[in-house]
Amino acid sequence: MSHHDHHQSFWTRYIFSQDHKVIAIQYTVTALFIGLVGLVLSWLMRLQLGFPGEFRFLNPGSYYQILTQHGMIMIVYLLTAILLGGFGNYLIPLMIGARDMAFPFLNMLSYWVYLLSVIVLVAAFFVPGGPTGAGWTLYPPLSALPNAAPGSGWGIKLMLVSLVIFIASATMGGLNYVTTVLQCRTKGMTLMRMPLSVWGIFIGAAMALLAFPALFVGGVMLLLDNLLGTSFFIPAVTLFGQQLPREGGNPLLFQHLFWYFGHPEVYVVILPAMGIASELIATHSRKPIFGYKAMVIAMAAIAVIGFLVWAHHMFVSGMNPYFGFFFAVSTLIIAIPSAVKVYNWLLTLWRGKIQFNTPMLFGIGWISTFIIGGLTGLPLGNVIADVPLHDTYFVVGHFHLVMGVAALMAIFGGIYHWFPKVTGRMFNETLGKLHFWVTFVGAYMIFFPMFLLGILGVPRRYFDFEALQYLPTQTAGLNIVITIAALIVGAAQVVFLVNLIWSAVRGRRAESNPWHATTLEWQTPTTPPPHGNWGAETPTVYRWAYDYSVPGAERDFIPQNVPATPTVPAGTARTV
Amino acid sequence: MPVFASVVLVLIVVGALALVASGIWWFTPLASNWNEIDGALLITLGVIGIAFVTLNLFLAYLILRYRAREQERAQFIPDNPKIEKILIGITALGIIILLAPGLFAYSRFISPPRDAMIVEVVGEQWRWTYRYAGPDGKLGRAHPKLISPKNPFGVDIADPAAQDDILSYTELHLPVNRPVLLHIRSKDVIHSFFIPHFRAKMDAVPGMVTHYWFVPTRAGKFQAVCAELCGIGHHRMHSPVIVESLEKFQEWLAKQPTVAATVKP
Amino acid sequence: MIANHGSNGYREFITPGRVGLWLFLAVATMIFAALISAYVVRMGSSDWHSLPKPGLLWVNTAILLVSSAALEWARMSERRGNARSARVSFIAGAVLSALFLFGQIWAWFVLHKLGYFLDTNPSSSFFYLVTAVHGLHLLGGLIVAAATVRSSERFQLFVTYWHFLTVVWLVLFTLIVLT
Repeated sequence: MSHHDHHQSFWTRYIFSQDHKVIAIQYTVTALFIGLVGLVLSWLMRLQLGFPGEFRFLNPGSYYQILTQHGMIMIVYLLTAILLGGFGNYLIPLMIGARDMAFPFLNMLSYWVYLLSVIVLVAAFFVPGGPTGAGWTLYPPLSALPNAAPGSGWGIKLMLVSLVIFIASATMGGLNYVTTVLQCRTKGMTLMRMPLSVWGIFIGAAMALLAFPALFVGGVMLLLDNLLGTSFFIPAVTLFGQQLPREGGNPLLFQHLFWYFGHPEVYVVILPAMGIASELIATHSRKPIFGYKAMVIAMAAIAVIGFLVWAHHMFVSGMNPYFGFFFAVSTLIIAIPSAVKVYNWLLTLWRGKIQFNTPMLFGIGWISTFIIGGLTGLPLGNVIADVPLHDTYFVVGHFHLVMGVAALMAIFGGIYHWFPKVTGRMFNETLGKLHFWVTFVGAYMIFFPMFLLGILGVPRRYFDFEALQYLPTQTAGLNIVITIAALIVGAAQVVFLVNLIWSAVRGRRAESNPWHATTLEWQTPTTPPPHGNWGAETPTVYRWAYDYSVPGAERDFIPQNVPATPTVPAGTARTV
Repeated sequence: MPVFASVVLVLIVVGALALVASGIWWFTPLASNWNEIDGALLITLGVIGIAFVTLNLFLAYLILRYRAREQERAQFIPDNPKIEKILIGITALGIIILLAPGLFAYSRFISPPRDAMIVEVVGEQWRWTYRYAGPDGKLGRAHPKLISPKNPFGVDIADPAAQDDILSYTELHLPVNRPVLLHIRSKDVIHSFFIPHFRAKMDAVPGMVTHYWFVPTRAGKFQAVCAELCGIGHHRMHSPVIVESLEKFQEWLAKQPTVAATVKP
Repeated sequence: MIANHGSNGYREFITPGRVGLWLFLAVATMIFAALISAYVVRMGSSDWHSLPKPGLLWVNTAILLVSSAALEWARMSERRGNARSARVSFIAGAVLSALFLFGQIWAWFVLHKLGYFLDTNPSSSFFYLVTAVHGLHLLGGLIVAAATVRSSERFQLFVTYWHFLTVVWLVLFTLIVLT
């Protein structure tokens, strides 16, 4: 691994690069692109729900296909990819003082395999029958049987193949992230001196490694059921009056495999987001993160308990009802470490010196949306309260706020925060703030009313609500309001992209440490950092990541690579 | 900006509470014995509502009070184990308050009374059909491999208990104030049998029989809907649920076809 | 690369490659654990029929065990500095591994001839599935080994990986024989 890269061609430097920073940008750009596709799909759904019947190209079949693709794109191909592949790649080596990932070639491969999975996913829009409409949870028999759902031919096969490819990519990436954190920390960078971003990505990546195999196995078995007529998950069924030659399969087996992956997956996304949010909040309130050790322990606790809660998605699935007691208790226990994190972010602001720049606004937005999103998980985890709420709009509101909006708050805040380091230029603050306020207020307008619809008992994944006889007449109006808010919030994301592109080319030149941050990535000799990151020598770390506003210090931050104050000989006065 | 930010946060809290207080979208009027479910859910919503309001208002206060001012410096407060312990204690207490009644209600929800009237619910793309036990009080055996156009429930007509079973292809009728235990099946994909006014819901899974029970406490016309994505007709998969006096119910039941009269091998 | 992991207190034994391998073994363990739990759950269904077990499977198992032993011998020879013995036993191990894979495919043909296809019964579905997943792990190992085995460290890791797959096969084989 040399950092003398003068002889690299354009191709090895920017396309088939093994530099973690280039790979991070490739991941981020690809994920944002596919996320934009997911956003447009959500617009289409909202158009149908706000103005049912007005748009001819939307029919139940295409609606359920759009719904399925939207869910899968956002959860797997946007959130997981951008947080681990994008932020993980960029931040881990820089924040721990390494020159690159432990396995740079594998890292490059991981991105190209990810890109392939995205291409296969998108290809489903162009094949006969279109993409699958079985819902992102892909429950068999609906997903496995011919013509049970739209896209049951090519669509579902491409979806499963794409997922298997994605899992291969995520595994290559995950091995890299975890190994790099364990092995490649620079001198003095002990585990308990690592910034919380690295902790979040590290634990999230480790969870991904252990969770994705269940989806892999479930996906391969589902593919065989769909393609080659096996009966892993398919019992004796009669479809449209026809007996199918299947028997004995167990649909709940797939649900267990799926959620054994699916729930840890939530934390694969949320833990890195928590880490990034911690960085935003501490840096821009000029205060050490409150209770660093508690924050690390809380993340580790969430990760461990996170593997023991999966069946709370299955309270009314027909599984043994006695499981409900266990999974309700384990689910609500996980609320405690999550709450600790919220308190600690709030207490970080307490007696701070809060800077109201765009990254910090997103940090504040993260706290608020994580609070509402997290809290609304409690009724869903409290097994009996889940019985009326399960598969209603309450669930839609809950996971969109906690996993969608909150995670995106951290992602957007993170992109603004590290933009000066990545590009060497500043973004436009005014556009950034506009982006924040529209997104933040709009997200509440879109998703808060959904809790009330859920309490009323409106099922989710409905093409329209005409058949429901218990809806108040104002519901149509409410759906129009939600749709308009969704369109406006979507438009604000265009502002974000314009800001990114314009500022990357034309933005004001950034200082190397514009936020006066302590962590190592801001201490690189040049900005943006070159291949190899550091000059002749990697930095040495002398302190934890959060020495902000240390009493007596000259400035209100002390970078991690600044040596400790020399011990004052006994008898002399302290003059720090 | 800090003033604006905290005002927006306060307005979000106020707006959210106002939308709840408007009462337009809230529980449907309960029509079953499951006021325990409503109780557990209301306690949970109460606890999280308090937390939501308190934490957001505290956030609004913090950003207003501790906005950057020139001369001031942030205080170096890396930790405070005492505060953390107190907060963990309060959180744990809140969780126990909402979980304990929830688990009690749940244990009742999964223990149907012995004298409950058994009704079978069969889902298929995209309708609900029903089978009553008939005078012998026992549902006849059924098997998915026996399903055919002439035997849509897959009833085993060799089973004597099946002969008097009564079939309804459109509506679910129930006598008021009598416990009902549903046996839920599906012929094809997974559905979910949900009656919002009764609060209860359970997936209909092919290859297995799932259950739940309730007591309809109010005569009237309600609606069963499907709550698990089941294909392009999912949003149109619903069925009338009619709760009436025992006499009226029996009158209706007598008019419905029996297995012996309609199902041929 | 060297500059990446200087003085962070680890013994020289724990290299990034070794950590990466052990992590991958954890991933593979999760894959096989998921497969085995699905197998056990599905087995309980009434439509499960026991599969005829071709005697060939016993031969294959023996071959895999011997290949693992040969590779271990190669690893020990390499540590003792006996390059010739290391090379001979490595080649023996690799050839035996290839033979095992060939034997597994042959076992598929045997079952196929007996009328047991992928979709005949869940027992045959699972048989084809678990042998395929295990075989692909072996094949992947052989390909990576062919590319990187010149490095002594990689060779050591390769042998560890092989032992892992041998143990996994013993578990899978026991499950297949018992059901």
